[in-house]
Amino acid sequence: MKLTVKEERCSGCNVCRVVCALHNAGAVQPSQALLKIKGEFPDPGTYKIAYCNQCGICADSCPEDAILERDGEYNIDYELCTQCLICIDSCPFDVMVVTESEYPAKCTGCGKCVELCPRQAVLADQG
Amino acid sequence: MLYGYAGKILTINLNTGKASADHIPEDLARDYLGGRGFVARLLYDRLDPGTDPLGPENIIVVATGPLSGHLLPGSGKTHFGALSPATGGYGDSNLGGHFGPTLKYAGYDCMIIEGKADQLSTIIIDNETVKIVPDQGLKGKGAIEAEQELKERLGEDYQLLTIGPAGENKVAFACISHDFGRQAGRTGVAAVLGSKNIKAVAVRGTKKIPVFDAKRAQEKGEEMYKVCFGKPGFKTWTPFGTASITDWANEVGAFPTRNFQTSYAEFHEKINGQAIVDRLLVTDKGCFGCPTPCGKYGHTTTALGSAYVEGPEYESIATLGGSCCLEEIEEVAYANYVCDQLGIDTISAGVVVSFAMECFEKGVISAEEVGREISFGSLEDTVYLLEKIAAREGIGDVLAEGVKQAAAIFGDGSESYAIHVKGLEWSGYECRNAPGMMLSYMTADVGAHHNRSWALGYDVSQSDADVSELIEAGTGGKLEISTPDGKVDHVISMQHSRPLFDALGICRLQSMEIGFETFHYEEVFELITGRRLSWQEMLAISERIWQLTRQFNVKHIEGFGRDWDYPPRRFMEEPVPSGPNEGRYISKEILDKMLDEYYEKRGWDKNGIPKPQTLARFGLD
Repeated sequence: MKLTVKEERCSGCNVCRVVCALHNAGAVQPSQALLKIKGEFPDPGTYKIAYCNQCGICADSCPEDAILERDGEYNIDYELCTQCLICIDSCPFDVMVVTESEYPAKCTGCGKCVELCPRQAVLADQG
Repeated sequence: MLYGYAGKILTINLNTGKASADHIPEDLARDYLGGRGFVARLLYDRLDPGTDPLGPENIIVVATGPLSGHLLPGSGKTHFGALSPATGGYGDSNLGGHFGPTLKYAGYDCMIIEGKADQLSTIIIDNETVKIVPDQGLKGKGAIEAEQELKERLGEDYQLLTIGPAGENKVAFACISHDFGRQAGRTGVAAVLGSKNIKAVAVRGTKKIPVFDAKRAQEKGEEMYKVCFGKPGFKTWTPFGTASITDWANEVGAFPTRNFQTSYAEFHEKINGQAIVDRLLVTDKGCFGCPTPCGKYGHTTTALGSAYVEGPEYESIATLGGSCCLEEIEEVAYANYVCDQLGIDTISAGVVVSFAMECFEKGVISAEEVGREISFGSLEDTVYLLEKIAAREGIGDVLAEGVKQAAAIFGDGSESYAIHVKGLEWSGYECRNAPGMMLSYMTADVGAHHNRSWALGYDVSQSDADVSELIEAGTGGKLEISTPDGKVDHVISMQHSRPLFDALGICRLQSMEIGFETFHYEEVFELITGRRLSWQEMLAISERIWQLTRQFNVKHIEGFGRDWDYPPRRFMEEPVPSGPNEGRYISKEILDKMLDEYYEKRGWDKNGIPKPQTLARFGLD
């Protein structure tokens, strides 16, 4: 699933981040979430959502060609990954993380954030 | 291993500048759960009788619960406690936002701050690293202003607690501020932080919380959100948040107006939830994990200036709008903003300011003493008094101690309309036709606060309807006299159920406002902690905490007993002069009967002191 957002609906609750980390890292640990919420307070009182739009820049940066595109989604092939972590710095949205086992992780398009967002601020991109 | 918990208590000693982390004692988690339970037990064990609330020997306990920070609705609550400078007894308050979950991700369920720093400082916690950093540059800064400055300095990953000038100046109702508009408002916990020379606490946490069955806990958490999404109240209650109740509170004659002289405000539709949405709203602002955000972040413009401000929540509408008679939502919001920057609890602030207005109206205090003429309905006078209080200048130095102390100084009968119990100002529900709610205020451990038991709905409807159902049903224009029958049992039941959420570290609003069923919490608690407890068994823990906080007051307040449980004379002697409850009041005789029944059912003596066998029954002997 490719994501899109409507930031004006976001209330900053971070449910997306909690379920993302739980589903993808198997832990209650939002620092492992693959999207970010930034509140801009006190002025102007808005939320910014950083998320993976499957731009593929991480794949372009990978010296091992370990990030592979399929049906518009990019996924890491951990058999090929050499843990160089170059992709982490390449992400223009800063939404890739280093896992406990020191591998990179990126949005898998699982859609859990879309499913649980109480505000429908994170959505499936229908194209 | 304690699943669900981060596992450690962080103790920060400001005298030595050292921090230490110790394992959470398993019996503490077993018998008190967390949050309010940890606060109550640790304060009880650590503080000796005779402790000065503003002396270095007082401590502040900050505690999350076993469900805080997990995947379930409303898991963002954090509890704060200290010996209260407002009451001299048990003090606690809680807030939502994101601080508690982040404290857990840093590895701590609980933080104890003890001693006193030698200069104004900020505590910075970055996982295992704890620093106490002198920060004189923040002196006198507004609570929101200080948070903004620290956020820019430390980065977005840090969650912050700050105090304003009122906390630095040890105002008895100073509040701890967080996330640009959420506060631990009640009982003066920020004055204790100020007395310790702590302006702010910052925390960053990147670790995981152990879960007993992570896969099933995730499935259950997801289900809980989806159940919430399906509740009728999810769509009707959320758009206005707590302000939803403003019109209903007027309809049932429970809206404090003109320092609680009456219980209905003609202008209520100008300061209700719809007014917020139409005239202020910028964005809904939710606490951590919240599907139903109360936070209505807005922008207000008045003759005194413009400001961004979160709220006003219902309580601020009731006390600043109703009690001080600020008749436009923009003015209520601006007064709210001033309180937030100064770091003053809006509930106590509204009650203290409206008390001063009535004292002036009755000639108890003069223009010379106040520094000017003041009147109900004036935003300028409200802000003038708030600033005097925070700076402790002139009349503000007296008012900074709260209405109980101020009335003792002003005299001239003003204690009759100093609206408080135990020294804590009354929150937003007038009770002269609500015996259950009156008893709730009278017997709440912290003083006149509604969050221990909110029996008003039962007083009005004799049912357990949730708030969104009450609003939907209305009264049909018929408001009978509410009798004391059955109210004591209901109050006792609510005094266990509502504070239980504070011990679990979660928000009660999904349950209380939109009817989210409690069995879900039993199930998710077991999957997260590995411990099977029925809701009834959890309520028994909540009852233990209730007995403990009563005994805390016996231990710390000289002469504590029945006399501390009465409302102001206004509520027992003055009939309501207007509105739906015109002519009504509840006599002392009726309240005494309710207190007798309440004490007996609690296992307390006629003076309201827990009997030795009662304490033994809860393992508190």
